[in-house]
Amino acid sequence: MKVLTVSGSPHFHAEESVSKLMYGVVFSLIPAMLVSFYFFGLAAIVVTLTAVVACMAFEFLIQKYLIKGPLTIFDGSAIITGVLLAFNVPANLPLGLVVIGSAVAIGMGKMTFGGLGKNPFNPALVGRVFLMISFPVQMTTYPQPSVLNVSLTDAVTGPTPLTIIKDGVSRGMPVSELMGQIPDYINLLMGNLGGSAGEISAIAILLGGVYMLIRKIISWHIPVAYLGSAAIFAGIFWLISPEVYPDPLFHLLTGGLMLGAIYMATDYTTSPMSRTGMIIFGIGCGLLTIIIRLFGAYPEGVAFSILIMNAFVPLINRGLKPKRFGEEVKNG
Amino acid sequence: MEKLKTFVMGGVHPPENKLAEKQSILRLDPPESVAIPLSQHLGVPAAPVVNKGDEVLAGQLIAKGEAFISANIHASVSGKVAKIDAVIDSSGYRKKAILINTEGDKWTDGIDQDESLVTDYDLDSKEITRRIQDNGVVGMGGATFPSHVKMMVPKGKKAEYLIINGVECEPCLTADHRLMLEKGEEIMVGITLQMKALGVDKAIIGIENNKADALEHLERLAEKYPAISVQGLKVKYPQGAEKQLIKALVNREVPSGKLPIEVGCVVHNVGTSFAVYEAVLKNKPLMERVVTVSGTSVKKPGNFMVRIGTPVITLIEAAGGLPEDTGKVINGGPMMGKALNDLNVPVTKGTSGILIFTEAESKRPPEQNCIRCARCLTICPMGLEPYLLAQLTDKKRLEECEDERIMDCMECGSCLYICPSGKPLLDHIRVGKTRVGKMIRERAG
Amino acid sequence: MNEILNEITLFSVVSLGAIGGVAAIILFLVAQKFKVIEDPRIDQVEELLPAANCGGCGLAGCRALAEAIVKAESLEGFNCPPGGSDVMQDIAKAMGWEAGETTPMIAVLRCNGTREQAPPKVRYDSAMTCAFAHALFAGEGGCPYGCLGCGDCVLACSFDAMYMDKETGLPVILDDKCVACAACVKECPRNIIEMRKKGKKDRRIFVSCINEEKGGVARKNCKVACIGCGKCLKECKFDAITLENNLAYIDFEKCTLCRKCPPVCPTNAIHELNFPVRKQKPAETVES
Repeated sequence: MKVLTVSGSPHFHAEESVSKLMYGVVFSLIPAMLVSFYFFGLAAIVVTLTAVVACMAFEFLIQKYLIKGPLTIFDGSAIITGVLLAFNVPANLPLGLVVIGSAVAIGMGKMTFGGLGKNPFNPALVGRVFLMISFPVQMTTYPQPSVLNVSLTDAVTGPTPLTIIKDGVSRGMPVSELMGQIPDYINLLMGNLGGSAGEISAIAILLGGVYMLIRKIISWHIPVAYLGSAAIFAGIFWLISPEVYPDPLFHLLTGGLMLGAIYMATDYTTSPMSRTGMIIFGIGCGLLTIIIRLFGAYPEGVAFSILIMNAFVPLINRGLKPKRFGEEVKNG
Repeated sequence: MEKLKTFVMGGVHPPENKLAEKQSILRLDPPESVAIPLSQHLGVPAAPVVNKGDEVLAGQLIAKGEAFISANIHASVSGKVAKIDAVIDSSGYRKKAILINTEGDKWTDGIDQDESLVTDYDLDSKEITRRIQDNGVVGMGGATFPSHVKMMVPKGKKAEYLIINGVECEPCLTADHRLMLEKGEEIMVGITLQMKALGVDKAIIGIENNKADALEHLERLAEKYPAISVQGLKVKYPQGAEKQLIKALVNREVPSGKLPIEVGCVVHNVGTSFAVYEAVLKNKPLMERVVTVSGTSVKKPGNFMVRIGTPVITLIEAAGGLPEDTGKVINGGPMMGKALNDLNVPVTKGTSGILIFTEAESKRPPEQNCIRCARCLTICPMGLEPYLLAQLTDKKRLEECEDERIMDCMECGSCLYICPSGKPLLDHIRVGKTRVGKMIRERAG
Repeated sequence: MNEILNEITLFSVVSLGAIGGVAAIILFLVAQKFKVIEDPRIDQVEELLPAANCGGCGLAGCRALAEAIVKAESLEGFNCPPGGSDVMQDIAKAMGWEAGETTPMIAVLRCNGTREQAPPKVRYDSAMTCAFAHALFAGEGGCPYGCLGCGDCVLACSFDAMYMDKETGLPVILDDKCVACAACVKECPRNIIEMRKKGKKDRRIFVSCINEEKGGVARKNCKVACIGCGKCLKECKFDAITLENNLAYIDFEKCTLCRKCPPVCPTNAIHELNFPVRKQKPAETVES
């Protein structure tokens, strides 16, 4: 007689798997990738490839020789880390630094804690912040967009809109005057501005976000809470003093806010589990980002704010439970 | 048609695969021998009242349910009691059963074998409940809770609604669907009997809209019964669970750890209503039931009316035989059914389907690290945190499990279904439930 | 200048002093309010324990054991596996109690349903934990009493004294590492593992089966099941063997390790461990 299989119910399993989800994220990143290639040219392609290969290589080496565990480099998570790391650094960053960043992202940010699903902080952001603090000059030398540039080194560099505003305001110049120095909103939306390789085009990132929402890879809670709270908080300051603080739309379209809200803050492992928790997490990220941007030493605060909120995730998970079915109303 | 209702919290939508929904119910001849387990219902096993060598008629009482939560068991065939011995049942263990070798098909005199519909009766609530109890009717949805116990509303509580479960949210199963189409009138009469026994004046039949024909059929029949309404429901698993169905139909939430009567509802399956009709008005004990046999590799998927105690293999033969590449045989639906480890397991009162999976379909996805995607949390219909419960169970932190309401879990399997990491969440939660249950009982002393 | 400095110094000293004073008062009050009066003997007992915090006693570390011992006012039912009877004697002496003589024990697996003897009839594909497998079905081999082979006992062992044999699908207990903490005994959902007397030179004889089914049923699933034939009963001259529910059991208190019973068992269900190799026996006893 045939050997039957005995297992616990259910006997149906959804078609979803970790690697399918991960490759779904990678797929959704393609529009942003294309925009970055378009504006930063060959340099962006090289940086992205280097980061992906380096991340996968470090994961492989650590799993093979240090942990001596099963290999999971093809589950797609290392690719995401690589792409996101590349998206978060200037496109003309020396490749050696990209490799160092990848090593820190995978080694310190992910494998130290036990690999996929165990890390408290977003690995790509750990890598980025490490580079930011260790190599501030290279990390803030942003190339200006120039269509289809094939050169690797000769990019024209210049400040990002956020830097222009931050420096200008600190010198006492009114925002309305500074706004003349930065591209208009249509260009900001399309991605024609200085910045990290992949964060420039809000519209491409939104497109990827919509794809992930439709495929149910992410839920709307974190992005909406993040962007919403950032807009509201920035709006309050803008209403108080429009000459010192730029308007909310400017905040949404510049820097890494879109990329952060849609890709970095929604990272499964480092975001809260319950819906309410996700909303609180998103609001926290939004507030911190605006506070850092307006009052902090750095012109950009997305990476720091997400990392800070990552640290609160265990607390949020503990405190904010989903609503239970048939929950009895407590007396008093 | 009215707006479709559904429950709010969680839920999944597995592929429906209702391959046998067009196959009418086929009555099978009594098999050569039957093994009738003494424990086919929730509660205390029945005590045998026949001995080895006794001649029995189909429909004769062979084991009596003496405890409060227990049910009578009747011979499903006529013949000679071969022995009373332990046989492997769907639990995977050997349990006491009465084995009968079939001789002819003689039924006891009391049973009205006429197929014609009886609608008139003059019976009081007590008499209806007594006949239900005598004839060993239990919940036909799968939980097999003795039906007469549900008819006795505890003191201080009042039943307001009788809710009839025609949801059949389990994929693949079509037994209830066919029963509603073919025995709709009997079911309606059965519902009036149940309402009378309970003393309620409102009944709602909930049917998911993937059974549009049954929904329409019963809606038409219900026109004659003003007290009975039929409600279409959006397809969502596990809508057939008592608490979810009540939430969907009357928007009331049964409190944690309480029974539906707490919110004035009593839930019965359509199959039970049919069994009640036969038990009360035809005096026919629960000795046969409809079983779906289905699966992608099955030659002739179908719905069969079989005698209780028929070996599963006989049913599979009737559906075209066991396919070559069978990997798993399931008793019940694919979400909550039990995988069988032996094909001679008898059909019991709670067997709603026999599903045959190919080897490829039987494999569980490989287990990976939890990526904390929160899917299990989102889909849990009870608002629990399956990943957390599984972790706490593993670490034996049982008090915390209890605080996180592990006992609310109804083992619907949605979490394991959805998990992209292939974590055996429900397996661990079941272990946790057993342990926490033991802890609670020990504490109670 | 000096005046200002003096002022600053004075101000600092006064304010810091005031803060310190207030903090001290609060600390004192809190300490009074939440005072925990502990039995000093707990510390005394803890001193004597090996401080391995292994959990072998079944409690969460040495402190917990010390608390439990002092609370119970006796050593009955407590055992410190790594410390052995020496430590228990010391505690008894320090507390002024009488210490019972503890016989060295060891965990014994009472199932020999290897993949060969009880071939798998079905395939198990769920969480690798015996607790769940036990709730699901009788086991791959079909024996409802036999080892499920998922290794919950191995996980429960904090002394590396057990491992799963991949070939047989059964756990193996290492004589020299087992400290008789009985963690595995508690973990096994089928109560297959038993604590037995370690015996002279680690020798022991036991029935390696706990199946209470009728002989025929048991044999159908497993070739080495005890079928309750009672042959060993007749062979034993010390009344050490009892037969109940189709299952023979050897009382280790009465067994003299005479080695008479293992050869008569028709299913080789009686095991003898750490004995010298027997001389070649006549063919008929080896058969069957």
